[in-house]
Amino acid sequence: MRVPMQWLNEYCDSGLEIAQLAERLAMTGTEVERIGRHGASSDEFFVVGKVLTCEKHPDADKLSVTTVDVGDGEAKTIVCGAPNVTAGLTVPVVLPGGELPGGMKIKKAKLRGVESNGMILSERELEISEDHDGIMVLDESLRAGTALAEVFPPGQDVLELEITPNRPDCLGVHGIAREVHAITGKPLAELQTGPKPKGSESYTIEVENHALCPRFTARIFRGVTVGPSPLWLKQRLSAAGQRPINNVVDITNYVMLLTGQPMHAFDMDKIRGEKIIVRNAVAGEKVTTLDGIEREVDEQTVLVCDAEGPTAIAGIMGGAVSEVSDSTTNVLLEIANWNGPNIHRTSQLLALRSEASGRFEKGLSVQLPLEVQEIASAFMVELTGAELVSETIDVASDTASPQPIRLRANRVTGLLGTDIPIERCAEILERLDFAVAIDGDELDATPPHYRAADVTREADLIEEVARVDGVDKFPATLPAAPTAIGRLSGAQQLKRAYEDLLAANGFHEAITWSFINDAAIDALAPDGKLAIERLKIANPLSEDQSVMRPLVLPGLLEAAKHNFARGAEAVKLFEIGAVYGGTVDDPREHTALALLISGDTTAKTWRSQPEGGDFYALKGVVEALASSSGVSIGFAPVDAAARPYLIPGRSAELLIGDDSIGYLGELHPTVAKQHDVPSAVAVELNLGLVAEELPSAVTYEAISTFPPAREDIAVVVDSNVPAADVVDVVHASGGRMLKEATVFDVFEGEQVGEGKKSLAIRLTYSAPDRTLTDKDTEKARASITKKLEEIGGALRG
Amino acid sequence: MSETVEKIQAIEANAASAIGAAETLAELEDARVRYLGRKAELNDILKSIATLPAEEKGPVGKAGNQTRGKLEQLLAARQESLETAELNQLLEQDRLDISLPGSPAIGGGSLHPISRTRREIEDVFIGMGYQVAEGPEVEKVHYNFDALNHSPNHPAREWTDTFYFQDDVLLRTHTSPVQIRVMEQQPPPVFVIVPGKVYRRDSDATHTPMFHQIEGLAVDEGITLTDLRGTLLEFSKAIFGDQREVRLRPHFFPFTEPSVEVDVSCFKCGGKGFLKDGARCNLCKGTGWIEILGAGMVDPNVFSYVRESGYDPETVQGFAFGMGVERIAFLKHGIPDLRLFYENDLRMLGQFESFGISSGGRV
Repeated sequence: MRVPMQWLNEYCDSGLEIAQLAERLAMTGTEVERIGRHGASSDEFFVVGKVLTCEKHPDADKLSVTTVDVGDGEAKTIVCGAPNVTAGLTVPVVLPGGELPGGMKIKKAKLRGVESNGMILSERELEISEDHDGIMVLDESLRAGTALAEVFPPGQDVLELEITPNRPDCLGVHGIAREVHAITGKPLAELQTGPKPKGSESYTIEVENHALCPRFTARIFRGVTVGPSPLWLKQRLSAAGQRPINNVVDITNYVMLLTGQPMHAFDMDKIRGEKIIVRNAVAGEKVTTLDGIEREVDEQTVLVCDAEGPTAIAGIMGGAVSEVSDSTTNVLLEIANWNGPNIHRTSQLLALRSEASGRFEKGLSVQLPLEVQEIASAFMVELTGAELVSETIDVASDTASPQPIRLRANRVTGLLGTDIPIERCAEILERLDFAVAIDGDELDATPPHYRAADVTREADLIEEVARVDGVDKFPATLPAAPTAIGRLSGAQQLKRAYEDLLAANGFHEAITWSFINDAAIDALAPDGKLAIERLKIANPLSEDQSVMRPLVLPGLLEAAKHNFARGAEAVKLFEIGAVYGGTVDDPREHTALALLISGDTTAKTWRSQPEGGDFYALKGVVEALASSSGVSIGFAPVDAAARPYLIPGRSAELLIGDDSIGYLGELHPTVAKQHDVPSAVAVELNLGLVAEELPSAVTYEAISTFPPAREDIAVVVDSNVPAADVVDVVHASGGRMLKEATVFDVFEGEQVGEGKKSLAIRLTYSAPDRTLTDKDTEKARASITKKLEEIGGALRG
Repeated sequence: MSETVEKIQAIEANAASAIGAAETLAELEDARVRYLGRKAELNDILKSIATLPAEEKGPVGKAGNQTRGKLEQLLAARQESLETAELNQLLEQDRLDISLPGSPAIGGGSLHPISRTRREIEDVFIGMGYQVAEGPEVEKVHYNFDALNHSPNHPAREWTDTFYFQDDVLLRTHTSPVQIRVMEQQPPPVFVIVPGKVYRRDSDATHTPMFHQIEGLAVDEGITLTDLRGTLLEFSKAIFGDQREVRLRPHFFPFTEPSVEVDVSCFKCGGKGFLKDGARCNLCKGTGWIEILGAGMVDPNVFSYVRESGYDPETVQGFAFGMGVERIAFLKHGIPDLRLFYENDLRMLGQFESFGISSGGRV
């Protein structure tokens, strides 16, 4: 909200520099977005001038050459383009050296050959209104050379405030003045109220839905002369960000900006059937608003109607039917209170926000319309020449008055951690317009009607006291005795351990978007359609980000593509984050760990060749993750139907027990190509399931003091027999002294025969009580040989 | 003394000088073969002892064996010294180009700056006795708004501001719903922080629709606003350096009362607002303060939603705070554009290879 400083000072002058005032406001709960400026940056060089002579410019039809008395004894030649310039006018002038709003510097300049020593100004040039039809004409009683600032300020400071949603009472200049009064103690000027009515006219007003319209008030003004507003009013409206229109409309805007209470002026003669009905709309009903747009409304929308139909959308925008025009002579001024949530809802539905709806939706005081009728009347009578011919016609449902709230001094100390004496609490609350009665160490405070919705509990009173007293001067303490032990859970430790292990293995951590799109998911299937659960956002920002990712893979592929496009030679990424599935009624999510290697997994150096990123490269990483966490992760043939993005023969399902927790595999070449990556191998697993398997503490196993015996064997089996099966047989048959069996070579070729392969396996034996002999290993080998034969294997050589 | 004994002594003298003169292991081997080999004169003498007269056998045998023993010692000593010299000579010539790059340890990966910042913040609070809690990102309206005392017309509830799946299911807009979930699960005292992804329907230069927050909640008997200040002061010092101060500005949040926004004194200009060269500090925009988080005392209405779990607003109270991880990471590392966090460009990520232990933190 824009608060022009001169306007604010009229109601409460803090006597502070604007920067100091802004700081005080910020430190007591009114956020200052910036200190702005309206109009000229400086008042200097702006003066009152008298046009002495005015002649046509010799070389330009539309320009006049004037001489202007600016009070310094010598008439200045000024070239002017305004059609209304003429000798004898009193006008605002900016002299060379001055700066117009917007930053244009005024210098001596030749205009079509005639030197001009300044500029005669229009309202638009001074940011008073949009009027640029001609120069401003000032009161002729003003003396030439008077500083313009003595007439009206060419520029003024404006506080730009952000009002929190709990403080609709601060959505007016007078509300801010009340805050300034509360925090500085400087006197607060009351609002001027209007004259006694000179008549007792009445009007038929029917409110059908009191829940949505708690109060509707009206006053009737006759003999209105519609015309431009006075300069000061136009200037204040402009400085506050409102465009001046005519005196009646300007008064409604001005009083709203002053009090925070929106209102609407009807041309009373255009109200059909001489009555106003406030009712819910009929479904599909259409209303043409002041902006000329026909809008369809729903049954929750409240309309202000006359005998023939809608004239306004309540609380949001007036209608064209009974708009005030230049010919208006009788005005009915509506000041109502509308149900905030419903105004908010309607404004969202219509995508129509206005100064009025922005205030009503926050919930205004039901008492406020009565006060504001008085204030608006003063301006109507004074500025439009109207007569007030009615009392306030008031249609209101029962309005409860605010109740006292008890504040206990020990509760203040207990919550804040610092003492604020009860007398000080009372002083602050009284300054905030609360009615206060002290009762020993406690007090009862009754909020003013405009705070009644916001302050309802003791905690709310404590906040008021704290913010005005100044929370920033409270000391810093720490919670007394720590009653909790700070630590990470097993799952959280696992996540960190994995992050560290992966970073130490050359992976960079990525964070990709949680929301992707159907096309990105389908691009994982070579046939362009992936069967997978998709949790869809009902109101995405764009189709691009409309589906919660069921897999991390598309995000990592996108990141890989981004990096290859920028010259990367290889990409090793990991990400830990949620993936989603289920339905909107039963959404599901779990934490996934995903890895992607595209290109080589180690770099070429001056002494080593790069290692390709393939299935085994990433399998090693999975094995390291498994062993480092003590969780056993198994590998089984991949579920090719569910994972068409992988090459079936170069992929595996990752298992804990018999259950799949994810996949490891080389990306299908079609899919890789689709994503502009050369080739890729990826892992994705459910980290939560791994965390559930974390073992308890390691139990020490006695180590043998005797050296181990080692021997290598070569086993020939059919090519399609998995090495793990062979190792399992070796383990099962090698006796309890066989501690390790590790495949260290795989050979296929003529020597072992067609369809066969030879696995070289290193066996390590040890016993706790003695050094093993050849006899021991021979015995074990005989047993191994026998069992291997059962699966068609033979010891070679 | 017999002639033979004299001969042995002569052999010893010659051999000793030959061993001493050997300059290489090969020359030494020659000397060994010449004086101690099978065909050497000494060996011949020892082999012929049996043919000597009886009175010579003893003295010759003794002298021969003594000489052989002595020569073997000399040989061994000379061999060791020659080997050492040769090794030294070899090492002397062995010169690596130490300027060549080392074989990379497998390392060279990195934690994302968001992760790294998250951890750093977590660790500060773990040190102060907090546990880390987590919760779902796809959340119920009840937890995200209702139980956090958001009025029915609070603007954040709008479909224009928040991602919805249906009327009562949304993507959480803050980590605060986990406050309620934790309190439902556990009676007071509660000291938790909650890191996580959050989502808002906003995308421009200063907003991304997904970002990260860390929430804090401390509830017990007698937790006060000054405790909040002290806790955040400790946090700010740990993250931004020992000289930091914090400033509390009253504000409004639906789920805290009183509510404050918290500023930390600018660590670039030391809170002065201008730099050494007199220029206005561009980090704090000349104010000396940087906004880092929102906080406040838990609103009694929030406790009323979890009263059955042991949260009576008359007996327990506490504070809550929430901060944006991107903002802290931006402040700490000067990452100028939010989008950089989500591009995953290796040239950016690679800058965070180090452990990130910095002198900025507290020692």
